[in-house]
Amino acid sequence: MRKMLLAALSRVLQGPAGATVAAAGRTASRVMVASRNYADFASEATFEIKKCDLHRLEEGPSTTAVMTRDEGLHYYKTMQTIRRMELKSDQLYKQKIIRGFCHLYDGQEACCVGLEAAIKPTDHVITAYRAHGFTYARGVPVREILAELTGRKGGCVKGKGGSMHMYTKNFYGGNGIVGAQVPLGAGIALACKYFGKNEICLTLYGDGAANQGQIFETYNMAALWKLPCIFICENNRYGMGTSVERAAASTDYYKRGDFIPGLRVDGMDVLCVREAAKFAAEHCRSGKGPILMELQTYRYHGHSMSDPGISYRTREEIQEVRSKSDPITLLKDRMVNNNLASIEELKEIDVAVRKEIEEAAQFATTDPEPPLEELGNHIYFNEPPFEVRGPNQWIRYKSVS
Amino acid sequence: LQPRRGIRLSAPAAIQVTVRDALNQALDEELERDERVFLLGEEVAQYDGAYKISRGLWKKYGDKRVIDTPISEMGFTGIAVGAAMVWLRPVCEFMTFNFSMQAIDQVINSAAKTCYMSAGSIGVPIVFRGPNGASAGVAAQHSQCFAAWYGHCPGLKVVSPWSSEDAKGLLKASIRDDNPVVMLENELLYGVPFEMSEQAQSKDFIVPIGKAKIEKEGTHVTLVSHSRPVGHCLEAAAVLAKEGIECEVINLRSIRPMDIETVEASVVKTNHLVTVEGGWPQFGVGAEICARIMEGPAFNYLDAPAVRVTGADVPMPYAKILEDNCIPQVKDIIFAVKKTLNI
Repeated sequence: MRKMLLAALSRVLQGPAGATVAAAGRTASRVMVASRNYADFASEATFEIKKCDLHRLEEGPSTTAVMTRDEGLHYYKTMQTIRRMELKSDQLYKQKIIRGFCHLYDGQEACCVGLEAAIKPTDHVITAYRAHGFTYARGVPVREILAELTGRKGGCVKGKGGSMHMYTKNFYGGNGIVGAQVPLGAGIALACKYFGKNEICLTLYGDGAANQGQIFETYNMAALWKLPCIFICENNRYGMGTSVERAAASTDYYKRGDFIPGLRVDGMDVLCVREAAKFAAEHCRSGKGPILMELQTYRYHGHSMSDPGISYRTREEIQEVRSKSDPITLLKDRMVNNNLASIEELKEIDVAVRKEIEEAAQFATTDPEPPLEELGNHIYFNEPPFEVRGPNQWIRYKSVS
Repeated sequence: LQPRRGIRLSAPAAIQVTVRDALNQALDEELERDERVFLLGEEVAQYDGAYKISRGLWKKYGDKRVIDTPISEMGFTGIAVGAAMVWLRPVCEFMTFNFSMQAIDQVINSAAKTCYMSAGSIGVPIVFRGPNGASAGVAAQHSQCFAAWYGHCPGLKVVSPWSSEDAKGLLKASIRDDNPVVMLENELLYGVPFEMSEQAQSKDFIVPIGKAKIEKEGTHVTLVSHSRPVGHCLEAAAVLAKEGIECEVINLRSIRPMDIETVEASVVKTNHLVTVEGGWPQFGVGAEICARIMEGPAFNYLDAPAVRVTGADVPMPYAKILEDNCIPQVKDIIFAVKKTLNI
């Protein structure tokens, strides 16, 4: 009996990056003694979620969501991992171990986790530069994300991309030019339709990018050609230092697609995001064409690590969101109050997550930088080797694909 | 030396084909060969192409393979690049490359750099094609040459055909290449017939990207050019031959990668270099050729400084007399040759 329970708990404590079974077993035995039995928890619970504002839609997503214990623990662990990963990145940046641009996602975790929960691994996702959360949600281990940030050869793209250019299967970055990823996403959706495999593309952008002309060009073509594209505006209220009221004549971002139906969603509630995304995915897969989701969310950090984030908003505002709307706290309260998990169990997850992040940071600070030969590689795809010029005519690098 | 219609002494089964028809054949053959290839751009489908390059293709292949876009360069170029990232093989037409400026961020930042940024995990097998450079009487905003702009960027390949053989072979090679290729055509060449050998007529005829062609051999001076000015160089060479000056005329065919080795070997032989291009002089193709010649073994074989013949350093005017004097003419090439030969 004890062995079975231990096994069950250790399964639950393992996440995408994989804690060792032995370690989980040890922690599991501590939990076992201190708290209730596994058999005491409910296997699932039903929650009331906020109704979405609708644009050109008769019906919206369901206002109730069922979440299983396993799902809840998975969402909790994933969001907590992203939170701690971003805070670790903040630390590493201040120690000057991460350089250049670093745009952190803490506060917005419910968005990427809720979206990922609603789609399949064979669907496609593209976003802008605030991409570390999505990179993790799409399957890149924390150590490879941190090592990419610190510019080491163990980074997910060998140190060639950095914070804004991380990729993995069915995840196309990580894009630095504001708004440019939106036509790219519609192009991926065009390919989905072309190949006929019932895949869709999630194309994300921020409230700042929402005023880009190329986005409106993309809305037009996506609607005209009925591309299976979910346009998703992550509205965190500020485009760098400019509040939405100062940037947009209409801040109803879910309506800006005009002829494209839209939903405004509570982006701090992972279940709200999930249900809305399920609804949107169904819309696209049924051949109705594109749909637009506005996720109302918030970032605790400034625009990037160069921005303290308090010159254009008050500390009180940030504190209010943290205390009343934090996505991880919201989920934790829901789970505990509905008997899906215990506080101790969630604390154990926190401990495991911190450990994983520490180990990943250790890797990211000790892994060597890429070898100089890497400089010339990957200019072209599938090309015989050739020479690339360095800073003067005598310095040549070999370029392999 | 403009190829003429009618009976010529030529290889068996060679025929006269216009550049337009050569491009059309290339598109047709590649659309048939690989179902991932598709064409998009303004007027490419139901209008048969603004310059009729895609004539008949929409009728044959339908809406899925030949797509008319709204006038949204930045949008449809981004869409084409996105489709290429998932291994479709788009041919993205710009009605002229002047309009590509609106979409240039997608060409450079999304297409050219993605393979490098992703450490080789994402390829972008796309072709951007359309007419480039001066036409006739279309004035400043419609006459710019983008060879230097696109040739500047690592991650892109840039080709510039002259003859029908160039056009067909380079377009087929570009479509089959797994990398973003910018193909700079020339509107004034579309209607010009060139001889196409039997070999060039085959469905698998490819002109390799990155290799120049010696159109005419010579011993006294090397003329290097790309696109329409190659024809002017051959005309100049014919005139100069009557005076006993034998020019070697090189058709670059590719701007990036550039086949500087062929130019170097030629300069070693002739000891004199004249570059000819339609674009502006500052930071142009000729400037790059001169810099590379200086850096290589051919420098020691130059008997005189290299000379550049280019478009005039002004926005293109409209009036015919002004426009004619803004593009490199045969007389300008002849003058440059004589200057460098000190005749």
